[in-house]
Amino acid sequence: MRTLLEFEKPIADLELKLVELKKLAIDNDVDVSAAASSLEKSIASLKKETFSNLTRWQRVQLSRHPERPYTLDYIENICEEFIEVHGDRNVADDKAMVGGFGKIDGQTVMIIGQQKGRNTKQRQMRNFGMPNPEGYRKALRLMKMAEKFGKPIVTLIDTPGAFPGLEAEERGQGEAIARNIRDMFMLKVPVICIIIGEGASGGALGIAIGDRVLMLENTWYSVISPESCSSILWRSWDFKEQAAEALKLTANDMLGNGLVDGIIPEPLGGAHLNYGLATATVKKVILDTISELNKFSADERISQRIDKFTKMGVFQ
Amino acid sequence: MSWFTRKDKGILTPTESKREAPDGLWYQCPSCKKAMHTREHRLLAYTCSNCNYHEKIGSQEYFELLFDQTKYTELDAMLSSGDPLTFIDTKRYPDRIKATEKKTGLKDAVRAAHGKMNDVDIVIACMDFSFIGGSMGSVVGEKIARAIEYALQNKIPFLMISKSGGARMMEAGFSLMQMAKTSARLAQLAEAGIPYISLLTDPTTGGVTASYAMLGDFNISEPGALIGFAGPRVIRETIGKDLPKGFQSAEFVLEHGFLDFIVDRKDMKDKLASLLEMLK
Repeated sequence: MRTLLEFEKPIADLELKLVELKKLAIDNDVDVSAAASSLEKSIASLKKETFSNLTRWQRVQLSRHPERPYTLDYIENICEEFIEVHGDRNVADDKAMVGGFGKIDGQTVMIIGQQKGRNTKQRQMRNFGMPNPEGYRKALRLMKMAEKFGKPIVTLIDTPGAFPGLEAEERGQGEAIARNIRDMFMLKVPVICIIIGEGASGGALGIAIGDRVLMLENTWYSVISPESCSSILWRSWDFKEQAAEALKLTANDMLGNGLVDGIIPEPLGGAHLNYGLATATVKKVILDTISELNKFSADERISQRIDKFTKMGVFQ
Repeated sequence: MSWFTRKDKGILTPTESKREAPDGLWYQCPSCKKAMHTREHRLLAYTCSNCNYHEKIGSQEYFELLFDQTKYTELDAMLSSGDPLTFIDTKRYPDRIKATEKKTGLKDAVRAAHGKMNDVDIVIACMDFSFIGGSMGSVVGEKIARAIEYALQNKIPFLMISKSGGARMMEAGFSLMQMAKTSARLAQLAEAGIPYISLLTDPTTGGVTASYAMLGDFNISEPGALIGFAGPRVIRETIGKDLPKGFQSAEFVLEHGFLDFIVDRKDMKDKLASLLEMLK
């Protein structure tokens, strides 16, 4: 059973009608091609209309679509081979943060990302994609390993935030994220960061310092989720739509404000409707970007990375 | 039998006719309720003579306490906030800024200065909680980044005094990237081998904890300060339980290995100066 967002329903209804019509034609051996093609046309135009006019809140909903491809789905579709590695060499292996070496078109790349779960059991195991400090330390360990072996790094960001738990505080959530942010600036290898779903605040930024930071078309990236923003500024959860508008958190907004470097298009209707196309697009972008970044020396990349982030901000 | 009986019940003295000591002459400790003369309180570096409660103070007071003869050169003093997102919640963001500037006399939530501490050169950036909860927007990030750059160019140790609720929501994405900006400059400072002391004061939470505040060569604090990534309310809601006593206090954070030491504010200047002297 597909999960349908409110604005996906009218399209799905039409699609269902089309299926029924075609079945009717086969069962009764009648020609419905005229009706079918007109229905197909209305589906296409409704899709186009719906998805070219998405509100910011609808983008947030798409970014959280339960059928959306997650980090491991991208890895599986992009890599010919992938060897996952585990642990922060300190306290634990954080299942909300995955990583390992993979081969993309024969090229070895370190891929790291937050991982969400598909069903209740998985969601619990993955802690809803909310890493603990050991997740960030694991990520940094893998990045330093990639640097040691001279392999480029790709991070896939998809998190509702770093986990705000008791043990997370005891083990230094703030310190873990801070160290990642600082140390990622000095990585000698190319670093590409892609927001594939939710990019919530420090929990996202903790693996998102890169030479190129890209966002998929239907994702969000900001300092706080619309819900939490609503609860703090309006003292109620009911203003999430307004909060989403105010935060300017979509890929278009973030690119317009110069806070990310590019947008990766998704299949019409969202990445969840076509894994093959969505992941192939991401794969091509990764390969192109790596070869583009390889034109620079390590020192050039580092100083460009620092320059880019230190220019961000608006003041008088 | 009482010799005095009240004839009318519920007599209340109106506020305007209540007799009070002139404002600013006496300080009452919010922790132990002891009253003390403000002059005495100031001489004790704004700590309580009875229970040693460290009152929250701002950049003005820290600069007075730490710089020799309170002499310092302020850096980028006139930098003030823009409104990149034309953000409106219950108020327009520029209106909020203007109102806060008027109320506090500050331009934003951080001030940076260069001066001497026991004859040792030092750059200090200090946050002001009174300015929108010490929240970090573009100005905070930029001033800190420039202060670090100044320390880097002049090879002077850097002291950051944090006091913040975290990010400034009205600058959303821009606010987030200040974590990156400040950390980038700190990475350069670290490469150059220039000492960085991070003093986390009450309270330091959110994006500030998850960037510059936790990146010191020395992370230090004052007694009883609240330090954390997530705020206590959020954690309580997440785990659905009350938090243990002392959770996220400076002492707790020290115990878990994320602070180098806790220093009494009265000893702060001498201790920091000695520390920097040893690193020369």
